[in-house]
Amino acid sequence: MVEPYLRLLVAQVRGQTQYRASFVVELVFSTLMTALDVVTVFVIFSVNDRLGGFGGTEVLMIVGIAAFGFPAADLVVGNVERLRVYVRTGLLDAVLVRPLSALGQLVAMDFSVRRAGRVVQGTALYVVALVVAPVVWSPGAVVLVVLAPLSATVFFGAIFVVGATVAFWWIESGEIANAFTYGGRDFTSYPMTVFSGLFRRVFAYGLGFAFVAYLPALALLGRSDPIGAPDWLRWCSPLVALFAAGVAALFWRTGIRHYRSTGS
Amino acid sequence: MSDTSTSGLPRILAVVAAAGFRRHSTYRQATIAGAFTNTMFGFMRCYIMLSVVDVTGQAGGYDRAQLATFVWVGQGLLAVVNFWTPPELAERVRSGDVVADLLRPVDLMAMVLATDLGRAGYALITRFVVPVVVGMLAFDLFLPADPLTYAAFAVSVLLAVLISATCLHLVALTAFWLMDVRGVTMVWALLSGAASGLYFPLTLLPDWLATLLWVGTPFPSLMQAPLDVLVGRGSAALMVAGQVAWLAVVVALARVVQRRALNRLVIQGG
Repeated sequence: MVEPYLRLLVAQVRGQTQYRASFVVELVFSTLMTALDVVTVFVIFSVNDRLGGFGGTEVLMIVGIAAFGFPAADLVVGNVERLRVYVRTGLLDAVLVRPLSALGQLVAMDFSVRRAGRVVQGTALYVVALVVAPVVWSPGAVVLVVLAPLSATVFFGAIFVVGATVAFWWIESGEIANAFTYGGRDFTSYPMTVFSGLFRRVFAYGLGFAFVAYLPALALLGRSDPIGAPDWLRWCSPLVALFAAGVAALFWRTGIRHYRSTGS
Repeated sequence: MSDTSTSGLPRILAVVAAAGFRRHSTYRQATIAGAFTNTMFGFMRCYIMLSVVDVTGQAGGYDRAQLATFVWVGQGLLAVVNFWTPPELAERVRSGDVVADLLRPVDLMAMVLATDLGRAGYALITRFVVPVVVGMLAFDLFLPADPLTYAAFAVSVLLAVLISATCLHLVALTAFWLMDVRGVTMVWALLSGAASGLYFPLTLLPDWLATLLWVGTPFPSLMQAPLDVLVGRGSAALMVAGQVAWLAVVVALARVVQRRALNRLVIQGG
């Protein structure tokens, strides 16, 4: 069952490494790009050494989880955002007539090798954060150290899929999805105490972005949420990620049923 | 190729710019989607920057209101001074369609710049207005009292649009050598985001690095210059002069590169 996807994947990898110079530049710079997201956080820290009531190593913990989760999700399902191109050009018809999962094909067909570098870098950053941050170790914390970045990956993956399905109803919707994918990545790299008002309520708790990195980081650091989320909520990221994945699956199914070919 | 009388050229370019404007005005869904995203990022960046100011009272020489204006007007400008849309020309070089562009009696670069000015004009009345109005409603923004400041800001934005379009044209021209410009586009996107002042005001950087960026790269001219002119940080005359200088440099460079690119052009197949 896996074989056809694997073939699509290998074909992609070969295709993308054809123009070798361009590929190397892409790989290097896509890796540097992750570094630069983190640089922004550090530049802001250079102004004063606390951010929203958190110290440098504590924020590094938050950044570390987000810096792994986003690129990992981007590597695995990020290319689903090309769905709108398939819908607009009618190419999705070709995808749907094949006896394979449409989502699986889209993921394999646009697999982007250059994104792997960022995952390696995100992993390194997370490990550094675990070493330098004042983690309060406990059996629960050990489990969370593994589950938190994976939950972040699943959560961002769900966001990518939901964002892409908007194209079924609204073809030129691309940038809306960016607000939640790339916007979500930036948002989750900061302590939620930085934000306030309706904006924080909607993004952090309504849409669940606080569960990506902020709340699990609090649990690992043994800190309570200064803005009042109960302590047990800090351990709930895996459940929230599973819930998000369920919602994404629902969106995808509804979207696929709703799809009408462009007819061209 | 230069048989067209020069008096006709401005009229042709005006028509091209109008076409660019009209073309983008048909992408209504994309305009709404883009304005929404810029606004979301505006909230996020504004809260982050304000949390820095709240500790120290000022950051990089800006007070609260100046910084809020810097962020929100910056989010509006992002769509006007477009530096993230991959240039279409690159794909036309790869496919060979560029031959149709070259048959026209108007210079390639002039066409590209005129089209982009039309696009920028449309973005100004749609994608610029939305984040700025939302920012004004949600935060206390700094509004310059001197009408001259607004005039200087307008000039500075126009220069930024031209510099960005010329730089993107240079990116597209690399397609004549590389065929696949995604790598170069990415380098450009990477640098133009961080080094232009979009992610954070460049004044937060160490002085030597900020100076190096101002003098050695065109990036601060794209975003930091118009924003600093608006919030009145530093000398407006100096920043606009710097932009004029950078425009001259990138246009001269683009002329040379375009000439060499067209000289080596081979259209494949029929």
